[in-house]
Amino acid sequence: MREMIVNELTQATQELVREFARFLPRLMVMLIVVLVGWVIAYVVKWILRSFLRLIKFDKLSEGAGATQLLNKAALPSSTELVSRFAFWTAWLGFILVGVSALGILGMQEYVTRFFVFLPRLLVALIFLFIGLLAASFFSRAALLWAVNTNMPSPRLLSSAARVLITVFTASAVFEELGLADSTMLLAFAIVLGAVMLGLAIAFGLGGQDLARRFLEARFAPEKKEGQEREDELSPL
Amino acid sequence: MAEESILTDEFLRQLINVGEADVLVGVPTYNNAATVGQVVQTIRAGLLKYFPRERAVIVNADGGSRDQTSDLVRGASISDLQHSTDLNALRTLHSISAEYAGGPATGTALRTILASAELLRVSACAVVSPESTTIAPEWIERLLRPVYQGNFDFVTPLYRRHKFDGLLMRNLVYPMTRAFYGKQVREPYAAEFSFSGQLASHFLAQEIWTHEVGHTGTEIALTISAITGGFRLAQSFLGVKPHVDARAADLVAAMRQTVGALFWSLEPNFSLWSTKNDSQPVPTLGAGQEVTLEPLRINRKRLFGMFRSGVAELEPVLKSILSPPTLSELQRISALDEGDFLYGDDLWARTVYEFAASYHKAVISRDHVVQALAPLYRGRAFTFLVENREASGEQMEQKVEDFCLTCERLKPSLVEQWNGRK
Repeated sequence: MREMIVNELTQATQELVREFARFLPRLMVMLIVVLVGWVIAYVVKWILRSFLRLIKFDKLSEGAGATQLLNKAALPSSTELVSRFAFWTAWLGFILVGVSALGILGMQEYVTRFFVFLPRLLVALIFLFIGLLAASFFSRAALLWAVNTNMPSPRLLSSAARVLITVFTASAVFEELGLADSTMLLAFAIVLGAVMLGLAIAFGLGGQDLARRFLEARFAPEKKEGQEREDELSPL
Repeated sequence: MAEESILTDEFLRQLINVGEADVLVGVPTYNNAATVGQVVQTIRAGLLKYFPRERAVIVNADGGSRDQTSDLVRGASISDLQHSTDLNALRTLHSISAEYAGGPATGTALRTILASAELLRVSACAVVSPESTTIAPEWIERLLRPVYQGNFDFVTPLYRRHKFDGLLMRNLVYPMTRAFYGKQVREPYAAEFSFSGQLASHFLAQEIWTHEVGHTGTEIALTISAITGGFRLAQSFLGVKPHVDARAADLVAAMRQTVGALFWSLEPNFSLWSTKNDSQPVPTLGAGQEVTLEPLRINRKRLFGMFRSGVAELEPVLKSILSPPTLSELQRISALDEGDFLYGDDLWARTVYEFAASYHKAVISRDHVVQALAPLYRGRAFTFLVENREASGEQMEQKVEDFCLTCERLKPSLVEQWNGRK
């Protein structure tokens, strides 16, 4: 009995040692892959950052209004953000390759899924970036237009433009990521419908005078009876 | 060759028929049927009266008018002038009218006229606005003669205008162009001007044509190009400036054409303007700038209201353009009553310089920078109108001169901001 227990323990220990001996090289491979991956990812980050600085990407980003967005979100500069994103994407890829080298059952499938998902993630992030830039640009354009044409509530108009574009961007991003397609579509339709209805009611009820003034100025600029016309100044 | 790329086949065919010419008058048009006939007839009268021995040509570059503008130009024939006994053509007076490619754009029209001038090897070329209904035959002489005689390369106009007409010109375009480039050109953005054949070739070789200023704001870009190229400048008094209906003269569009082009020009000319500390007068032919004083009904309250709401509503935009002291000073004066309000020379000059620096650094879209200046300009215009309500022409001119000197004095602050962080 005692011998049997000793034998079993010995066999189990030997089995464990064999398993560990088989696992150890894989673990080392994984660590090497992760380490080499870190170095490669770091080099990629460094090259990308240098390239972006060379082409003055931060200045381009400032001009497009992206820098203000990043500042508002307490994020680093555009160059730093893109470089860091490239670093983490590359390193995460290496980590997953390393983990798959461990030979853990089912892990391979997750790694494959990640690499299939990666391009969609990239596209979704590009959508998000462009969408937020467009929201910032067009909301500012609406604000300036409203101020320079003496429209009432310029900031309301500007915010409406920003919300509409942001909602549209969010729906495009979720669509690209394939996250809860039908729920997001439904939510988007409800939000857009609500915004449109709200605007229609707001403009319909609150903007009657504005619409009348606008149409009068546009199509019937002649002076009214008894009203003296002011002299216009030419700026140039 | 520049002309090969810009001139359409129809234009080339007509120009080849002309051969060579001594003087050329260009008229850029787009739907100007209401006024162009009279303008072209006056140009013809001017050419026949003052340049009877020279080979002359009128070039109408049209942007695709749909209101018979081109027909009116072609129809304004010499026979219309036969009632005048002292007008005798000793040489053929050619008249060309053709549509340029690419749709209506003043810059393209001017480039077409420049290319025509180069192709015809003219000695002197003038550009006349089709809306200048106050034009007289003498304008043609006053524009072309100084260049044709070889004394000057670029002649800008001086007008008689109401003291409150051209406020943007008096409060920004003229003083800033003068401070930047050191030449006292009163009308750097002119509807009428003239230049030599040599300068036409110089203009065509500039890089402006590949930028936005090559389409809109080209007039001021050409003036700056003539200054920076070291050409001989003069100003010639023409007469009464025609009053353009201000409803059509949209302020934001006017700012894009002038301020946008002026700010843009600072980029390639930094080494030139950053070293200039003062300004030189430009020879003036005929009378100087004249003002008329008849009373006008102007809605000053609206100007002030738009300034005040602009400062309040655009706060997030202005924060990214102006320095904190300038913005807080603007916010302080915008809270004042109309009676106490004063947008003084120093603050206005600092505002414009900070806008110029922000345009250079592209802190936001450059077009948005220019648009954001419009409400602030309204505040400055309000102050100008109030300060000069009772002023005589001389007193107002003195105030403009004082502001110009303030701009020159504060210019180092722009140089400082140019390369530094805000």
